[in-house]
Amino acid sequence: MSVRQGLMALLATGPMYGAQLRAEFEARTGGTWPLNVGQVYTTLGRLERDGFVEGIGADDEGRISYRLTDTGRREVTAWWTSPVDRETTPRDELVIKLALAVTVDGVDVPTVVQTQRTATMRHLRDLTRLKQQAMAASDTHAGQAGDDVKRDDQGRIDLAWLLVLENLIFAGEAEVRWLDHVESTLVREAVRGPGARRTPPAYGHDTDRTTEGARS
Amino acid sequence: MSETILRLEDVTRIHGTDEAQVTALAGVSLEVAAGELVAVMGPSGSGKSTLLNLAGGLDAPTTGNVVIEGQVLGQLGKDGLARLRRRRVGFVFQDFNLIPSLTAAENVALPLELDGQRVGKARRRAVDALNVVGVGELADRYPDKMSGGQQQRVAIARALVGDRRLVLADEPTGALDSHTGEGVLRVLRERCDAGAAGLLVTHEARHAAWADRVVFLRDGVVVDSTGGDVAESLLEPTA
Repeated sequence: MSVRQGLMALLATGPMYGAQLRAEFEARTGGTWPLNVGQVYTTLGRLERDGFVEGIGADDEGRISYRLTDTGRREVTAWWTSPVDRETTPRDELVIKLALAVTVDGVDVPTVVQTQRTATMRHLRDLTRLKQQAMAASDTHAGQAGDDVKRDDQGRIDLAWLLVLENLIFAGEAEVRWLDHVESTLVREAVRGPGARRTPPAYGHDTDRTTEGARS
Repeated sequence: MSETILRLEDVTRIHGTDEAQVTALAGVSLEVAAGELVAVMGPSGSGKSTLLNLAGGLDAPTTGNVVIEGQVLGQLGKDGLARLRRRRVGFVFQDFNLIPSLTAAENVALPLELDGQRVGKARRRAVDALNVVGVGELADRYPDKMSGGQQQRVAIARALVGDRRLVLADEPTGALDSHTGEGVLRVLRERCDAGAAGLLVTHEARHAAWADRVVFLRDGVVVDSTGGDVAESLLEPTA
């Protein structure tokens, strides 16, 4: 999974010890996926066991740095060149909640939808504030003169953070659009009248759906 | 608390009479303060455009009050209302609405000249306003020689030129691609951060997210609002 692959991708840029890996991972993902050092060392232990990384001795303070083995390097290349497996994506609580809401009697579904929409919009607004700050920071770095290497490095980390934020914004936007769709579907169902399709077709209301399909 | 620029007090707007009556807005109250950008979201027919027209004095409520910078619109005569609209309110539309035969600076200066300001002074203020939204170098260009994003920035400059502090934006990014649209919202956000009050009608969540607050309209009624508090945890980016 991503922590394992992420640490290997970072080690591909050069040897690092645990705390360094943790700091780099968080800087590049904007702290969206916080890691604890224990998690980093456990992962490194497994990667070493599997032959993807190897320790290269301790520094003066006793910190052990790790580097990628050739097998590890091939693993990283394979990760960059293959798509992320969506089959293993965890189930979404909101989807389950709404699926249950429309089938359980006595739930005020429009309110469930609106409550979620408000919360998601609030979240989107907070993300957009962060994005505004990240864009301003990125503008500042782009405008700086001299010291090319430092600027480039910082600029790239801003970019990584911006990309993570935008991913979260797109996800939030998709959720709001889906909620709008749910709402209009509910309105359509309500217009059609009670009993039109209270339960999924699998439970024996197929006729309604077929009739409706033929009509539209 | 910042100064309230726009206030809607229990505003209802009913179109038509008797059986043909349609209630476009029913008892809507809303405040927009200086420095604030408020977004209005809702499906078509929910009353978004009616709300914006009432807020800008283009339409009058059946009952309730619209107050702009302390002036109750219903108490103003026709001339007074026209003057207030000219001096206090700016509109930004989806299709920019710039006058094609005028340059950017002339478009922005127009409301000032209509208000009796001398051409030279109006131009200086127009160029200032264009600089503020990042298109100062386009002052002498005609709209058809500008991109959509540039035209919309000019429209924002026009909306906020002079002493005007209330900008009403109706789907201002509707005709723009996603990146350009975002640039326009960023400018709008910056103008509000600098003290303007903005009311933004949009159906796009990612654009409404630039606002401090989102008000949700359904069938002419405010059904919910996101409130103004920004999550503190999210305002501290990792260094």
